[in-house]
Amino acid sequence: MVNDQDLKSLVATIVKQMMNEDTVANVNPAAETAAAQQSASSEEQDACLPDITELDLKKELLVPNPYDREGYLKMKERTPARIGVWRAGPRYKTMTSLRFRADHAAAQDAVFSYVSEDLVKKLNLVPIETLCKDKDEYLTRPDLGRQFSDETVNFMKVRVRSPKVQIVVGDGLSSAAIEANAADIIPALKQGLKMYGIEVGDILFVKHCRVPSMDVIGEATDADVVCLLVGERPGLVTAESMSAYIAYKPTVDMPEARRTVVSNIHKGGTPAVEAGAHISELIKSMLDKKTSGIDLKL
Amino acid sequence: MILKSKLFGTTYQFKDIVDVFAKANEEKSGDRLAGITAGSAEERVAARMVVANLTLEDIRNNPVVPYEEDEVTRIIQDSVNKRIFGQIKNWTVQELREWILDENTTGEDIIRISRGLTAEMISAVTKLMSNLDLIYGARKIRISAHCNTTIGLEGTLSARLQPNHPTDDPDGIVASVMEGLTYGIGDAVIGLNPVDDSAESVGRILRKFEEIKNKWEIPTQICVLAHVTDQMEAIRRGAPTDLIFQSIAGSEKGNTAFGISGGLIEEARQLALSDGTATGPNVMYFETGQGSELSSNAHHGVDQLTMEARCYGFAKKYQPFLVNTVVGFIGPEYLYDSKQVIRAGLEDHFMGKLTGIPMGVDACYTNHMKADQNDIENLSVLLSAAGCNFFMGIPHGDDVMLNYQTTGYHETPTLRELLNLKPIKPFEEWMMKMGFIDEKGKMTSKAGDASVFLK
Repeated sequence: MVNDQDLKSLVATIVKQMMNEDTVANVNPAAETAAAQQSASSEEQDACLPDITELDLKKELLVPNPYDREGYLKMKERTPARIGVWRAGPRYKTMTSLRFRADHAAAQDAVFSYVSEDLVKKLNLVPIETLCKDKDEYLTRPDLGRQFSDETVNFMKVRVRSPKVQIVVGDGLSSAAIEANAADIIPALKQGLKMYGIEVGDILFVKHCRVPSMDVIGEATDADVVCLLVGERPGLVTAESMSAYIAYKPTVDMPEARRTVVSNIHKGGTPAVEAGAHISELIKSMLDKKTSGIDLKL
Repeated sequence: MILKSKLFGTTYQFKDIVDVFAKANEEKSGDRLAGITAGSAEERVAARMVVANLTLEDIRNNPVVPYEEDEVTRIIQDSVNKRIFGQIKNWTVQELREWILDENTTGEDIIRISRGLTAEMISAVTKLMSNLDLIYGARKIRISAHCNTTIGLEGTLSARLQPNHPTDDPDGIVASVMEGLTYGIGDAVIGLNPVDDSAESVGRILRKFEEIKNKWEIPTQICVLAHVTDQMEAIRRGAPTDLIFQSIAGSEKGNTAFGISGGLIEEARQLALSDGTATGPNVMYFETGQGSELSSNAHHGVDQLTMEARCYGFAKKYQPFLVNTVVGFIGPEYLYDSKQVIRAGLEDHFMGKLTGIPMGVDACYTNHMKADQNDIENLSVLLSAAGCNFFMGIPHGDDVMLNYQTTGYHETPTLRELLNLKPIKPFEEWMMKMGFIDEKGKMTSKAGDASVFLK
């Protein structure tokens, strides 16, 4: 738990220790730093400020003399909203504003980074990509993020032929979501389907993926059900949220209402393993009833 | 009507008003996505040259979506005051621009002329305005409205308290409401975006808001921003509301995609007047945003600025208390980065005021845009200088339900102090009574302490 008071005393302690051990007076700041580095004990060299992103915001109350501290903490338990953050004049406290920027940084990195090739290899995914040439085009041209080149469509036709279920992983708006959840959800999903006697073949990985790309994949592979696991647009609470879009025999330009969606898959929402089991049930039900989306009455 | 211009010896021919309007815009990714932008920076200026020399009559006679096809066009065209239009129909767009900016033209003058303008004329003049022009022009125009209190008076800056919660937990919502009030947020409205749109849930939250409003005698408005039909159902079942909310679009097709029509909005307004809790007469709250028509393929090939102006023309008919553009919410495919968001925010605010509606702005961004909190802080200062009626207020700027960032509880008090602006008078007096500010308007040790409401 870090607040300004703690931080100030931490800084004060470090400075004090440096002063005690470094007896050279009136040196210039650069020399002082070098000297401090040389003379600092290994304990100080290892010293590190606490990770503010590990703080549970719901338990942190920064209002200095609240009318009712207990009551305030109870209020905070009921919402993830950033309340009880107090102020510096009318502005934010330094630490809450750094935490906000840290959470925003994570969200931006999740959007603008790529799923690592190592993960794609490790999970044995078959990589393909949409028509977008880079992230910028992906973000500004949703129409291109749902289309593939003729070569890619032909590749899918040859590689994957009429599977019962085609699982697809797509980066979407959060690569971090895929990095965080794919390795857990895929085995759970496969295991769940296996229990219903459904085997899963090659799993595709789509770079620069928009949700309707699954419709093209459905047509190209002639799969009965396509299940797309895709990164959601990140919020500040988590950048690791993934969704599953599942449809029975999806076709290009079909109504959105034909998709069944399982959203909020992340460790603070529905954990990946649990989601995998749930999705395998949904898929089984779609295969039985030959439908999906709002027509799928469970 | 001349649709051809020349720059550096090159001639540029434009097809029609829709074409030249799109090409005259400041660059926006949404217009690019629609495939209607200028091919070069020079063509953009050439298009503006054409727009500058169109007369208001040319524009009136060529609405971007035909009168016969579109309810929004009909509402806008039918609301034009013929006498005022007759006085200005021979003005060119550049004359209109320079008249608005003229030091002898007052806000009252502009509001009068506004009754002779269509949305397309307002869009056209906006295309010729720089950012500072938009601020200067908007600053002259004050549009106020009355629900339980009066918003938009000179010298005021208000805020909507937006206590959104990922599961609509009433205690969680109330926690955010209480804290926001201590910062002086909520004089515009206490308004929740619900997760659950059902009439039952909407009614439950409205009753909670009503209870708080009455218990603490807060001079403000309450609203739950569900679909209009759900709010109407909640009211019919006895739920208390001051305002009825709806998202609106600039074409009939866009409104159909939102599940509304002019008739439905009027029915909602009548219901709010007859069965709502507000004093009135202004009982409607609308939200808009550039690009929403394209996103539902309802833009008719028209640029997003012009479609946005048409939203305001539609809104005006229903005498709203609040209208705000949600300027950075839609994503980078419509407004790419902070530069485009800031431009669009200033455009929308100016256009709303020139239309004659009480305009606020949700200065915001999503995490897949190239923008951050600094950018919307910049925009909020610019808009406050332009005389914007209200902003959103959210704990630390982080909306935990809609997953985007907007202005926080701390922004409005900062802007008020910086630019010498005040909350709505009765709300300011209430804040003093509660001890959140002293008699000089300075924050006290209770400002920021939500637990004072636990008494």
